[in-house]
Amino acid sequence: MTVAAGPIEAAVVWLNDPLNWTNPGGILDRTGEHLAISAAAVLLGCLVAWPIGLWLGHTGRGGGLVVLVANLTLAVPTLALLTILPLTFLGFGRPPVVVALAVFAIPPLLANAYTGVRAVDPEARDAARGMGFSRWQLLRRVELPLAVPYLAAGFRTAAVQVVATAALASFVNGGGLGQIIRAGFGLDIAAGGGQILAGGLLVAGLAMLVELVLALVERLVTPRPLRNRGRRAGRRAAAAVSGA
Amino acid sequence: MSFRLSYRADPGNPWFSWQYVRDNFDTILAALREHTSLTLRAVLIATLIAVPLAVAAYWFRGLAGPILAVTGVLYTIPSLALFAFLAPYLGIGVATVLTVVVLYALLVIVRNALAGLTQVPAEVREAAEGMGYGRWGRLFRIDLPLALPGILTGLRLATVSTVALVTVGVVVGQGGLGQLIFAGFQNNFYKAQIMTGTLLCVLLALVFDLALAGVGRLLTPWLRRRSAA
Repeated sequence: MTVAAGPIEAAVVWLNDPLNWTNPGGILDRTGEHLAISAAAVLLGCLVAWPIGLWLGHTGRGGGLVVLVANLTLAVPTLALLTILPLTFLGFGRPPVVVALAVFAIPPLLANAYTGVRAVDPEARDAARGMGFSRWQLLRRVELPLAVPYLAAGFRTAAVQVVATAALASFVNGGGLGQIIRAGFGLDIAAGGGQILAGGLLVAGLAMLVELVLALVERLVTPRPLRNRGRRAGRRAAAAVSGA
Repeated sequence: MSFRLSYRADPGNPWFSWQYVRDNFDTILAALREHTSLTLRAVLIATLIAVPLAVAAYWFRGLAGPILAVTGVLYTIPSLALFAFLAPYLGIGVATVLTVVVLYALLVIVRNALAGLTQVPAEVREAAEGMGYGRWGRLFRIDLPLALPGILTGLRLATVSTVALVTVGVVVGQGGLGQLIFAGFQNNFYKAQIMTGTLLCVLLALVFDLALAGVGRLLTPWLRRRSAA
């Protein structure tokens, strides 16, 4: 391969080499790994965060806990979790990477599930109670459906964040598209510049794609009357608080 | 159970060791100092750019949309990708790390500062105008002080996430405490070193956060008085 003039040209050259796509450990392989790790992490995050968030929102307690979890995970470096978890009982390989990423998926999922249930119109809740709904029925048939827009928003935030963070799995050889960037840095910057830039474009492109697709999904799962309702409900809540 | 067994079978690799801290005190201190200085520089630079940007978006409403859109897109770009974009141009070193963390901190501060500025009540603004404040006088004596809680929230969020983000600088060999964590992992998974780096990171974030919260309390005495009443 000839050394191209600038990093951008080198990146284009690198991306145009079909072997870089189809080789073992090539772009296709790495994209598959990246998506598999991310999907597993988001799924795990949902399984943990949604039940807790919905329940806390339903009971109306634990708002402080939600904020605390969010702040704590903000302060813990991803790199630390990625390096610590393989040394625990999880062992090396994919499980610790998935768990590490899931930890960072939990705050947006938790916060949105909590807020989603809290934001349910108290009148709807009272009406359901008046109709003789049990607590469980209230949660499942009134609060949960009305919280779907929030759940979807949380899902999107979490998924995009996980796809972005999954690039760091390459630090512990966890696979994914970050591996291409790391390999580029492993070369000399002059020789690897193109590959580094190409890897960056792929990672960023994937994150943007996930963001776009999930934005569409979010729109689709939000029933038409509920679209833009978040904002209106927020205003109504503010008005109620200030006594207006 | 297997965890406990492996722990016992491997007494040479504890999760924390004062011996390690004593023996490597200089290295740890150097990493901590680098991390602190990178964070401080990044947040300072980001603030100096972000607050004027937020004011510009506040004065010229047409700018608010584009500024928020650009910062939103920037925020979806993974940190490693941003390193990858900048490293071929800025080289392997501090400049790359600093630029990346400044960019992320910038977004957070701009968004929060703008939110703080737009929350200044219209009555207050009109009253200030009626009292003869000009644009700049109003900015420094009315708008910015009232937006201070928002700006400080942004600063705190930006600082805490910057402390965590600096560790990714490992990729260009300038990760501060991340360097410690990563070296510990590569050096036969030396747990004590990984743990020391991690704890110091979290501690540093906590100290910065508390310090900024304290500064916020000092700068906004009227909020305390109101909540006490």
